[in-house]
Amino acid sequence: MRGLLAVFRREFAAYFATPVATVFIVIFLALSGTLTFTLGQFFARGSADLAPFFQFVPWLFLFLVPAITMRLWAEERRLGTIELLLTLPLALWQAVAGKFLAAWAFCAVALVLTFPLVVTVNVLGEPDNGVIATGYLGCLLVAGAYLSVGAAISALTKNQVIAFVLAVAVCFVFAASGSGIVIEFLSRNLPFLSETARALSVTERLNGFSRGVVSLADLVFFASFIAVWLFANTLAVEHRKAD
Amino acid sequence: MTALIEIERLSKRFGAFVAVDQVSFQVAKGEVLGFLGPNGAGKSTTMRMLAGFMAPTSGTARICGHDVQDSPVQAKRNLGYLPEGAPTYPEMTVEGFLAFCARVRGYDGRALARRVEGAIALAQLEGVRLQPVETLSKGFKRRVGLAQALLHDPPVLVLDEPTDGLDPNQKHEVRELIRRMAPEKAIVISTHILEEVSAICTRAIIIARGRVVADDTPAGLAARGASLDAVFRGLTLGDAA
Repeated sequence: MRGLLAVFRREFAAYFATPVATVFIVIFLALSGTLTFTLGQFFARGSADLAPFFQFVPWLFLFLVPAITMRLWAEERRLGTIELLLTLPLALWQAVAGKFLAAWAFCAVALVLTFPLVVTVNVLGEPDNGVIATGYLGCLLVAGAYLSVGAAISALTKNQVIAFVLAVAVCFVFAASGSGIVIEFLSRNLPFLSETARALSVTERLNGFSRGVVSLADLVFFASFIAVWLFANTLAVEHRKAD
Repeated sequence: MTALIEIERLSKRFGAFVAVDQVSFQVAKGEVLGFLGPNGAGKSTTMRMLAGFMAPTSGTARICGHDVQDSPVQAKRNLGYLPEGAPTYPEMTVEGFLAFCARVRGYDGRALARRVEGAIALAQLEGVRLQPVETLSKGFKRRVGLAQALLHDPPVLVLDEPTDGLDPNQKHEVRELIRRMAPEKAIVISTHILEEVSAICTRAIIIARGRVVADDTPAGLAARGASLDAVFRGLTLGDAA
């Protein structure tokens, strides 16, 4: 566990030692705020909740999370520090988990900093704060799912641009697979796939959370989704670390 | 004499290319082994396999009796390794980087501070301890890598080109440091500089095209021809012809 904690600490501090943290957080807050108030019609809806915010977060994360994960392993390989990290006495899974958890904690910081929205709805109306809390939990789980995808893809390449583009593409598949267009297309042409596509969609899973429903099935889905991708991440590092 | 490093018929193939071919040797406590060879001969590949970074195609290596494949964490605990090019995290300060390495190695609190202090003193990094590594010169970066390898006072040291990029004074310092530590440790250094081998190594292995072509004392090697230089050329070029 010591190795994991040391890696976590180093990685988490690294976000704030470079402009990555500032740029990410400022862009995330600006975009999520703007989208909530304009496209989301926060005021015109006349309803005291954060539904419009929760609706946009997974689509923002779709681009912003791969921007975090693209450097995770690709950078280590480019700098050669992967050789240093993996010859320290720690098991590979500790390095993988430490990096993932640090990135996740960083996303949590970004989400926490959207608190003015919570304050705003509480000033303007009487929202159900329990629903808001589960909505945030859902957003955090979506971030974790995208992070695990992005981290695994970053382990496959030295090139950060490739890592970014591939991660966005793969995350998009899991984000869009529950959307009306995709489901309609599938049920018309490949009906046996439509249920699977809906079940694998992270945005579909988030709907429950943003309505205040935390189901065991959804929690298990996110936990196993992240676990599978972290396992793939470990395999990718193991097999490609020295290339 | 107990062998702290044991390498047994270690081989590495990349596709059809054989980078390291059946390399075997042992290094005992008190020995400083100079690992020589032209570029691309398989020096770094051998060291990477010994450090547990690269999996061998066949054969194995043991550090203090721990197999680097079967019990990698125990093997790495006994190893100080300076990878080729001395990679470090550029945005971290010297102190922060060494503290990270110490933390992974299980130190905390006062023991951690003592280890970091010790490594900074050994590698003479006092003046730059709070500077980010990316702002340092090549020589300082190399010494940061060296400090990281010495931090936990390991019984086995594997240093890939430890004096590359250092000025003559710093080279002298690093050689003195290795000489001082030598009686307590088993040390392998790779180098291009033949005088370095005569200066600090008790034994030299010359590797060419992945094979060990000579394993002797520096004096014994030099005695085979006009000079160590000539012997090195004869062994490594003769093999290629």
